[in-house]
Amino acid sequence: MAHHGKGKPPRVGDNPVFRRTLLAFVLVLVALMIVAPLVVIAVEAFSRGVGYFAASIADPDTRHAILLTVVTALIAVPVNTAFGVAAAWAITKHDFRGKRLLTVVIELPFSVSPIVAGVSYLFVYGLQGLFGPALQSAEIKILFALPGIVLASMFVTAPFVARELIPLMQAQGRDLEEAATSLGASGWRTFFSVTLPNIKWALLYGVVLCNSRVMGEFGAVSVVSGNIRGQTNTLPLHIELLYHDYNAAGSFAAASILAGLAIVTLIAKVALERQGAGRVQRPSQLAGADSITRR
Amino acid sequence: MRRRVLPGLPLALGITLVYVAIIVVLPLAALVFKAASLGPEDYWRIVSSDRAFASYRVTVLCALAATVFNLVFGLSLAWVLVRYRFPGRRLVDALVDLPFALPTAVAGIALTTLFATNGWFGGPLSLLGIKVAYTPLGIIVAMSFTSIPFIVRTVQPVLEELDPALEEAGQTLGASDLSIFTGVILPLLAPALLAGVSLSFSRSLGEFGAIIFIAGNQPFSTEITALLAFIRLEEYDYPASAAIASVMLLTAFVMLAVTNFMQARALRYTARG
Amino acid sequence: MKIRLTNVVKEFQTFRAVHGVSLDIESGELVALLGPSGSGKTTILRMVAGLEYADGGAIYFGEENATDIPVRERGVGFVFQHYALFPHMTVGENIAFGMKVSKVKRSPEAIAKRVAELLDLVQLGGLKDRFPGQISGGQRQRVALARALAVDPRVLLLDEPFGALDANVRRDLRRWLRKIHDELGITTLFVTHDQEEALDLADRVVILNKGKIVQEGTPETVCRNPADAFVMNFLGDANRLDADIRGGKAYVDGVAFEAGGVADGGGQILFRPADVTWHEEGQGIAAKIVRVIDRPDSRRVLALTGSGQPVEFDTAPEFPYGKGEEGFLDIRRPRAYPAA
Repeated sequence: MAHHGKGKPPRVGDNPVFRRTLLAFVLVLVALMIVAPLVVIAVEAFSRGVGYFAASIADPDTRHAILLTVVTALIAVPVNTAFGVAAAWAITKHDFRGKRLLTVVIELPFSVSPIVAGVSYLFVYGLQGLFGPALQSAEIKILFALPGIVLASMFVTAPFVARELIPLMQAQGRDLEEAATSLGASGWRTFFSVTLPNIKWALLYGVVLCNSRVMGEFGAVSVVSGNIRGQTNTLPLHIELLYHDYNAAGSFAAASILAGLAIVTLIAKVALERQGAGRVQRPSQLAGADSITRR
Repeated sequence: MRRRVLPGLPLALGITLVYVAIIVVLPLAALVFKAASLGPEDYWRIVSSDRAFASYRVTVLCALAATVFNLVFGLSLAWVLVRYRFPGRRLVDALVDLPFALPTAVAGIALTTLFATNGWFGGPLSLLGIKVAYTPLGIIVAMSFTSIPFIVRTVQPVLEELDPALEEAGQTLGASDLSIFTGVILPLLAPALLAGVSLSFSRSLGEFGAIIFIAGNQPFSTEITALLAFIRLEEYDYPASAAIASVMLLTAFVMLAVTNFMQARALRYTARG
Repeated sequence: MKIRLTNVVKEFQTFRAVHGVSLDIESGELVALLGPSGSGKTTILRMVAGLEYADGGAIYFGEENATDIPVRERGVGFVFQHYALFPHMTVGENIAFGMKVSKVKRSPEAIAKRVAELLDLVQLGGLKDRFPGQISGGQRQRVALARALAVDPRVLLLDEPFGALDANVRRDLRRWLRKIHDELGITTLFVTHDQEEALDLADRVVILNKGKIVQEGTPETVCRNPADAFVMNFLGDANRLDADIRGGKAYVDGVAFEAGGVADGGGQILFRPADVTWHEEGQGIAAKIVRVIDRPDSRRVLALTGSGQPVEFDTAPEFPYGKGEEGFLDIRRPRAYPAA
């Protein structure tokens, strides 16, 4: 130890024994808690061979569940995206009374259990709910049908796009939009040529997360769908059904589709984070140390 | 109030309010309305029934245990990701978000298969006399899995931005690693940890999909509150379902308030400056 | 405590490297490490503290080789550039921290007493229970100093101690730090990029450039006899004229200046704007006034020499000449150096 050569003196926690122990502890837990569930899905999906896997996917009920899930996402995600953009535009580019309250309400579904969401929808559109009797006499079916599934999906994902856009657009301020407006650009023109290019990655990030949640939502949809095989079963509900039918291989085959979607989502997330998305919302106000010592 | 310069407020705010009203406020209001229409006696009878109480107990205790586990695991994971360089670090970083990306039903059947007595983990554990699937331990496992990312993702950025000079200051003052960790680093991580803990705990209280597969769902022992609300619904006991769901909603509101309060309190020293 | 650095080396990929620095700091001395950013001055300070390992050479505290002593056992007081006060501790707790974690156990009463003494010393008696976020920058600076002094350090090290402060607060604190140093007599080394600060405060100034010491000496020495053109320029405004060196003389536009010790060939002379007098006729370098700038206490004159080289100099507010007028520059105290 005459000369330490390169490098800095050890920081807190750099003690080699401690470091190796902690690293081993964490990596083992990651393997057990995160990697193993993924592996078990793949193993179980193919436990009865590739042929059975293919047959499970090709089963009409499974195909219908996939279709229903995709249709739900195709409706819920764009509507939710439009809402998220509108909410972020209103909240970040304008001042109005009740802004804070609005932000809290938008974030609310994040704190509410999906089961509570599902039950709540029942009391709006169900027979024992506010509009149930009226809807029945008009022969409009919302619950136990596609509209109910879409509505419940929209509830659980309401904050997803807005939550990505609001902190970013807040940080970007209003200067660019004000400049564009002062140059005579219309509101739409300003949005599409000035605002949108600056938020596109964050927007896409929100859309990806929103889509992932819509396609995977279980609790809320479970309450409002009625679980009718081949009719109102989305993919997660179909997985449950197959699982309780003691068709584990079929259930895991269907699950592997959603697991694949999860992996694609993670890859997209990492790629978008490299573009800077998803970072502004980091709770920098929690980084108390920095704000004082760097002043 | 500054003069309105940018266009689009009426349209944007209009869309926002309509959407929020129909999608978020209306259903929650309907639930509260339904629960309120019960009358205090009936309401209390339902929400304080033995079975309901047992479900609160299981849910809260398991959520606490899962949160404590995630506190240790999440802090360790965040520390390792920020402070150490090792092969595969970026992969681990990406994998942390898997519990958010993986649908809860998929997680539920995967965890159940792993921890069932004939499963990869359940088999060896049962030799040790530990049964996970269909016991409260299973609930804890499912709750832990679904809320892993919260603490990691709240602590990680704060740890990254922590001024290295603070640790160096501790070192020049003669403090040991342990003193610096407990005296300087941990208090500065506390607001983020608390935020992560309350998010993780709230999520565990409301989790449904991942739990029902592994829990066993026996009334009085492994039946969580969310499931009870669901079961009452399937029994066409709508008032009971509304009452129990309203308790969960109230808990969610309280947790939201607690989260905000704890953050504000922990941030008192950054109030100015 | 005397500090000695012998041929200390620190490799960095980019800048901030240190290429063989040897330096003696006498016990009780107040020394400034002065240099532009990237000159390696902070790296040297951090190596003395043990916050950075040297790649070569040795650092002695007295007779003891301190090169391998870990930072927490080195017994230095370090004041960080942005103070690094613990934001979750009050001023009092910040100052007490080093005593609380020390292996030498002190009673809570003894610690409280010492904290009170230190708060008196830094004149912050009433602020014990405030948080760092609730006091001003100058006050934080003094808390940081009190915290560093609380562990009875053998050496006090300060990294840009006034860098983050307003100009007038800076001047007050400078004088105050000198007073504290004179009272305590503790060996002190501080880093600054501000030559005025170094000259104002230090017993001795060590000037660094690109990881090497270019000159060290008292403020008087470095001001009166800058070792090279870099020091001359770094310490203040300077004019530079190309010159030919021949036989101990520097020739500019045919005018000869003293250049003892400079080798024959291309050279330059440097001089301060205050060391120039304008003559309508007579001796000196022929020049033409380009512009006159008025200042509260003087006039700054911009001129071009006959060979087209710019010169700036200061005159009394009554200076009667203006743009376009021709005359001669009489240069005092010029310093001749080889061409850069």
